Amino acid sequence: MIEKSWIGRELKPSVLEIERGRLRSFARAIGETDPVYQDVEAARAAGYPDLPVPPTFLFAADLDSGALDAMLADMGIPIARILHGEQGFTYHRPACAGDVVTVTSSIADIYDKKNGALDFIEKRSEARNQHGELVAEMRTVIVVRN
Amino acid sequence: MSTEIPSGLAPGRELPPLALEPVNRALLAMFGCASGDLNPIHLDIDFARKAGMPDVFAQGMLGMAWMARAITAWVPQDRLRKFDARFLGITHLGHRITVTATVKDVVTFNGETCARIELRNTNQHGQTRIAGEALVAVG
Repeated sequence: MIEKSWIGRELKPSVLEIERGRLRSFARAIGETDPVYQDVEAARAAGYPDLPVPPTFLFAADLDSGALDAMLADMGIPIARILHGEQGFTYHRPACAGDVVTVTSSIADIYDKKNGALDFIEKRSEARNQHGELVAEMRTVIVVRN
Repeated sequence: MSTEIPSGLAPGRELPPLALEPVNRALLAMFGCASGDLNPIHLDIDFARKAGMPDVFAQGMLGMAWMARAITAWVPQDRLRKFDARFLGITHLGHRITVTATVKDVVTFNGETCARIELRNTNQHGQTRIAGEALVAVG
């Protein structure tokens, strides 16, 4: 059982600089061939100032920064025991290469199922660009196998 | 509240499916680096076995990124308002995923008319691995 007192705890903010090269690597890894995601001219023709961040990319922020690992370590949860249960995004405005996105996350809920065999941690995050504008909200449910 | 259904978005309409190549280890390494998910359970067979898994397996977010591809192949990404996924079962090495998408209904979200799209990642054995839902502005 994970202590419910972790509910409300904020993670260290994650700052993600959006780079063209990283976006191209991401597009290649997921097999995305739409030129909007790889070719700056195609992105501009589609109305973006630069390569747009694809829909699920911002999940990287709390991973890159180590904020998620630090949260699990603080809670005493080995990374070998976690699975991704649910993920949600609500979109407000695009982010593009050249933007600097800051993600602030907190633990929104903790609950268990199957008589404690599984614990669930719900993390909620806000992603804002360098102008302080809301880019996306994210919701992550992590399952812990006990 | 009744929302008029724009033409072509009748509930039950199926969107073009997206068929992926079977999952292999190189793909997991490439996606791990690009996505930031370097949990060794997806990359290192020794670690995966110690964790009680038969082998490494796909990052959940790889499957969700495939779902997103199916959406943005159909509508420009700036129409996407909301996207949720539930990871129901592990996508193992060798699984050949097909993303299917169906228009469920048309709803109003933050004052906008949106098509609600139901998405599924299914492997070659007919098992649903990820269930998703997306709201796409159609106004």
